Amino acid sequence: MQSVFEKNTKGLVMNQLIKLVEADFNAKRKDIPAFHAGDTVNVHVKIKEGNKERVQNFQGVVIQRRNQNTNGETFTVRKVSGGVGVERIFPVLSPSVEKVELVRRGSVRRARLFYIRDKKGKGARIKEDKKHFSQAQQA
Amino acid sequence: MSGLIGKKIGMTNYFNEEGKALGCTVVEVGPCVVTQIKTVEKDGYKAVQLGFGDKKEKNTSLALQGHFKKASTTPKQKVAEFKDFSLDCQLGQVLNVADVFTEGDFVDACGVSKGKGFQGVVKRHGFNGVGGRTHGQHNRQRHAGSIGSCSFPARVFPGLRMAGRTGAANTKVQNLKVLKIYSDKNVLVLSGSIPGSNNSFVILEK
Repeated sequence: MQSVFEKNTKGLVMNQLIKLVEADFNAKRKDIPAFHAGDTVNVHVKIKEGNKERVQNFQGVVIQRRNQNTNGETFTVRKVSGGVGVERIFPVLSPSVEKVELVRRGSVRRARLFYIRDKKGKGARIKEDKKHFSQAQQA
Repeated sequence: MSGLIGKKIGMTNYFNEEGKALGCTVVEVGPCVVTQIKTVEKDGYKAVQLGFGDKKEKNTSLALQGHFKKASTTPKQKVAEFKDFSLDCQLGQVLNVADVFTEGDFVDACGVSKGKGFQGVVKRHGFNGVGGRTHGQHNRQRHAGSIGSCSFPARVFPGLRMAGRTGAANTKVQNLKVLKIYSDKNVLVLSGSIPGSNNSFVILEK
């Protein structure tokens, strides 16, 4: 058994062991398509009602992704439901997120689209990035 | 009671079966060597002394070198005693994480908390401060207020909580759940946070 203190480069030893723990969820990460702010996604969320479990869809625009490439990575999806803006934050690796479908690629200039909260109707539209969407579908 | 000595590696996220994200601490626990067994006849109480982490022989005093030689092991960085150790063990025996802990156990973590330096009463003792900037307050929003009466007793009572050095003290956090054990790497994942900085020693008790 290799000792904890054999390597003097403390950071190296530390990262390896944290990576070991985080690697438990690597399989889940592979199932999720590459998407970023501006894209429209359909999130399949597992919901428990008593003993029953069912899947609910939440479709909207991704307005941010936080803490990328860590186990705590989350993304925020916004949709307008009955004239009221609804935002939900999902952990990317959460077991309750069954599937993430990429519906539409958006072309935006920002990583965080908070300005969209103040926009209505035509102003809240996001230009479609057709080129990259077809590429993503082929992949 | 049983337990082991470990080293705090760092924190990350972990999802339990219900799909809840938990903040968790990764701890490298063991392998620990039994360096001394104390008995009622000889020492007046029952305990087991464990050693963890290697250090150089030249950095170890001759007295300690002899102590470790008795257990036929190399000098250890950290030594700790566990009273009324529930496992049967021999001198020089190596204990790994899976020998002591199982997934789902609740453990206590003892360590030295991070030093915070000289802190005021709000941070150090959780005082509320003054609570407002107006109504005659000049510049004392985070002060303690009165520390006693006037001509009687004409002194400040001992033990009154005041500002001072904070942190860097022995701290125990109780009832942390063991989420996962990697027995081949001697790594354990605890739900929640534990005292101390990364790479600091921590004693886990069960």
